[in-house]
Amino acid sequence: MTYIRTLLNGIFEENPVFVLVLGLAPALFVSTSVVNAVGLGVATLIVLICSNVVISLLRKFIPNKIRLLSQVAIIACFVTIVQILLNTYFPDLARDLGIFVPLIVVNGIIVYEAAIFATEHSPLESFIKGAAIGLGFLAALIVMAFFRELLGNGTILGFAVFGERFDPASIMIMPPGAFLTLGIGLAIFAAVKSRGKENE
Amino acid sequence: MIRDLALLALGTALINNLVFVQFLGISPALNMSKNVKSSAQMGVAVIFVLFFASLLTWVVNTYFLAYLRWEFLENVAFILVVVAFVQFCEMLTRKKFKSLYPIFGRYLPFIMANCAILGIVLINSREFGVLRENFAYNIANSLAAGIGFFIAIVLLAGVRERLELKNIPKAFRGIPIALISAALIALAFIGFTAG
Repeated sequence: MTYIRTLLNGIFEENPVFVLVLGLAPALFVSTSVVNAVGLGVATLIVLICSNVVISLLRKFIPNKIRLLSQVAIIACFVTIVQILLNTYFPDLARDLGIFVPLIVVNGIIVYEAAIFATEHSPLESFIKGAAIGLGFLAALIVMAFFRELLGNGTILGFAVFGERFDPASIMIMPPGAFLTLGIGLAIFAAVKSRGKENE
Repeated sequence: MIRDLALLALGTALINNLVFVQFLGISPALNMSKNVKSSAQMGVAVIFVLFFASLLTWVVNTYFLAYLRWEFLENVAFILVVVAFVQFCEMLTRKKFKSLYPIFGRYLPFIMANCAILGIVLINSREFGVLRENFAYNIANSLAAGIGFFIAIVLLAGVRERLELKNIPKAFRGIPIALISAALIALAFIGFTAG
């Protein structure tokens, strides 16, 4: 089924963070712990799916001149809804994620997907593509957060893994660690890709 | 008050640097920092947009959103203002001030959909609110953020220009090595915070 292919595509071949190099700012900020990563990843996924579907439904009615503004307005509305829901039901998470919840609006992935894909395809296809890319983003965030939290804090999801004597490399939870993790992750992806091409 | 403003400016430009501490301007910083000259131009463009964006959003926030008690529409209102303003500027540089396009207008689309502008504008709204007295802090914060971004992107470009002459492993060429360089620069910036 091509839908499964699309989903896998979004996670591996066209992973927004490691391949398309989009949505870097939230990835760097939120990957300090797996909980935060899952939180923002799911929030972004929801906004991505909702905005993709709505923009796809409206694609024949929006005049070309205000296309960008209207798309941005739709995305911003969904982000506000998600923000209010997060503030109400998960206030601790909302506080940790801080300014990056409203910044989902300018997450390059969402704007890119909406502008390019949703305006050309049916609502169902936009839904699947949105889910695919959103899951890819979520996966990338979790992978980055896994390494940063493990090495920088000695914990996974809050559980101390290495015991009490472990002195974590705090640098991993600070900005340099973020850049380092992302850079190495991108390099690994590039290496795997080029090796795949050599074998073909 | 001048002292407060100066401390705020220093804080935002260096200690809480937009790119290396708050991660806000990463996408344009990485994609556009191939050489120092275009990075400097991009930095100036960002300062310009940040200044006017914060001016306009402050006006919208104070006289419109707060007046109507529609603060929850902050996200929508701010992003619309920013996008509309940037598109307007881009149109100006294409039609009227054509000579400005290669040094300024060219970078505007990248500035639009990235976290830096909206991020600073939202931070201003949260920290300084709509009090008339805080207007100066608002503007100072935005200008300092722009200058911080300028410093960051020029630094990054300088490092990347030098790196181009070196033999980088194939997997790291391009963005990955730029990120590793950014990691080292960020490490240096931590020096601004430690007591």
